[in-house]
Amino acid sequence: MNPSPPPAPRPPILRVEDLRVAFDTRDGVVQAVDGVSWSVAPGRTLGIVGESGSGKTVAATTAMGLVHGARVRTSGRVLLEGEDLLAASPERLRRLRGAAIAMVFQDPLSALHPLMRVGTQIAEALRAHRAGMSAAAARERAVELLEQVAIPNARQRVDAYPHELSGGMRQRAMIAMALANEPRVLIADEPTTALDVTVQRQILALLRRLRDELGMAMVLITHDLGVVAETADEVAVMYAGRIVEQAPAAELFAAPQHPYTWGLLRSMPRLDAPAGAALVPIPGRPPSLVHPPSGCRFHPRCPYVRDRHRSVDPALEPLAGAPQHRVACLLSETERAAIWARIAAGEPVAGATEDRPV
Amino acid sequence: MAAYVLRRVLWGVVLLALVSLLTFVVFYVLPSADPAQLRAGRNADPATLAQIRQNLGLDRPLTAQYWTFLTHLVLHADLGFSYYSGASVGSLLVDRLPATISLTFGAVVIWVLVAVPLGVVAAVRRGTWVDKLTTGGALLGISAPVYWLGLLALYLFADDIGTFPLLPGAGSYVPLTDDPWQWLTSLILPWLVLASTFTAVYARLLRGNMIEVLSEDYVRTARAKGLSERRVVWNHGLRAAVTPLVTLAGLDIGLLLGGAVLTEAVFGIPGIGRLNYEAIVHADYPVIQGTVLLAACFVIVANIAVDVAYAYLDPRVREQ
Repeated sequence: MNPSPPPAPRPPILRVEDLRVAFDTRDGVVQAVDGVSWSVAPGRTLGIVGESGSGKTVAATTAMGLVHGARVRTSGRVLLEGEDLLAASPERLRRLRGAAIAMVFQDPLSALHPLMRVGTQIAEALRAHRAGMSAAAARERAVELLEQVAIPNARQRVDAYPHELSGGMRQRAMIAMALANEPRVLIADEPTTALDVTVQRQILALLRRLRDELGMAMVLITHDLGVVAETADEVAVMYAGRIVEQAPAAELFAAPQHPYTWGLLRSMPRLDAPAGAALVPIPGRPPSLVHPPSGCRFHPRCPYVRDRHRSVDPALEPLAGAPQHRVACLLSETERAAIWARIAAGEPVAGATEDRPV
Repeated sequence: MAAYVLRRVLWGVVLLALVSLLTFVVFYVLPSADPAQLRAGRNADPATLAQIRQNLGLDRPLTAQYWTFLTHLVLHADLGFSYYSGASVGSLLVDRLPATISLTFGAVVIWVLVAVPLGVVAAVRRGTWVDKLTTGGALLGISAPVYWLGLLALYLFADDIGTFPLLPGAGSYVPLTDDPWQWLTSLILPWLVLASTFTAVYARLLRGNMIEVLSEDYVRTARAKGLSERRVVWNHGLRAAVTPLVTLAGLDIGLLLGGAVLTEAVFGIPGIGRLNYEAIVHADYPVIQGTVLLAACFVIVANIAVDVAYAYLDPRVREQ
């Protein structure tokens, strides 16, 4: 499904380096993002996967300069074509937002202004970055953009209010708005989660098409490995504010390494699964980010936990045979290979435990 | 929409009939001050009282009195005559209305112009001194009764009794058409006093709405588009936060047009509120009936206007 890598891989356009984001709350410091690094090149898609609260959205919105305030502490670097966005002035960030980097949000009904016409909202995005653009020209361009995202009767729909459109149409309008200024990076935060399953596929196909047409780099944030499998070239799996596994998509699905990734895969419905195969939820709940678990952060929910894992914090390290595939797990590579082979064969998981307290 | 408004207007008429009946019951049927007694003096003999009752029509059966009132009102737009001054109630209302309208709309302009920026700035700069000053001042404004604030304003600034005689004091109101400058200056104190409570209430409400709206997804979207913070707050944020307040303002304006009794009393402004107050003191039933009906009219019209305005402001409401 994924195109083979281009002949000469282009250098990344957006590079996040050791990003940390902490929020001061009444309950303590929430370390929402804890040393995350990833990058994405033009025309490519990075999928960031994780449960709610894993920090995947915070990492991306911080990159956009949308997370700020007295209670937020950030460190690390977010480099857009070499320019550090974390060090940029608010005005500089404003100029980049919606122009160089754009974002598509999860629920288009709440992400679009309910009292403004769709076309007005798109025209506004255009004129925010083109001082000389007339209202009439912006409106004309808004119609074109709606046509580009395959909204029928774009010339009429441009005057519609968000509540007058279906969920899929709203998300298309949202995407049209994000594309208004032909951004070089598109961050899509759970773009299909609020939509019907049939519409989900259409929206993903649309995003892929636009990515290829415009040569954008795309960051696709989702909790759904199925979405990533269809669209991403590379995948980063996040857990409790960190990346626990990172690999080219094909590699990740062929030989997943982290027990959390296995859990995600096993809890995902598959058409090619043996008949009667049960979906297996990951036991337990995501950990507190104020007091994260000691050692490996996944250990309270991991079926393969050893004593040592409760005290030693694993680093994200490349596999011996595949430098692009990195994992933060204390099990040895041979152990992991053996366990995954059994899981893939549909055997019950050895050492699997009941839901235990976190 | 037109059908909807028509339906509301018809309902309004029914409501007005009910209000008139209720006022009638409260003043004519239930024991209250006897207009004949008030007119005849303390030691009037029964014959005089009876004569006065007959003159005023108070000796007729209650149903007949109400029927007469209703038919005169509906057929001739005639609200009857004041027991006290003998003038027609209609002309009294027309005479007094300009003062009340002047008072109301001046105050509205002030409270909107002050409350909106205050509420927005307090919300955006939540927790800073601007916010604390606004919310603290708002509490004061809400707590201070109008008659106290009015007297305080007069003692401080009125040109007759004030410590700093800057502005015309109580009883200086003249109609706009007589002397615009005098009209303006004489209303400044009443406007400020009447607006203070509303400013406080509206600033606080807007601050609350605004804080809520600014955390909405669509505000984040507006920022993600690269709009300036000013545009995000004053356009996207305010647009959504102010809509519920428009409803409230409409109703408040409707109420005030029925007479700002306390403010009019303190500043000696000859408006509907004072007319109503004087009518009650004199047991001047036809005038009471007239002022109450007028106030009810304003409230009903304001309600309809607010619903229409809401449909205009919020397209989601328009559909229903």
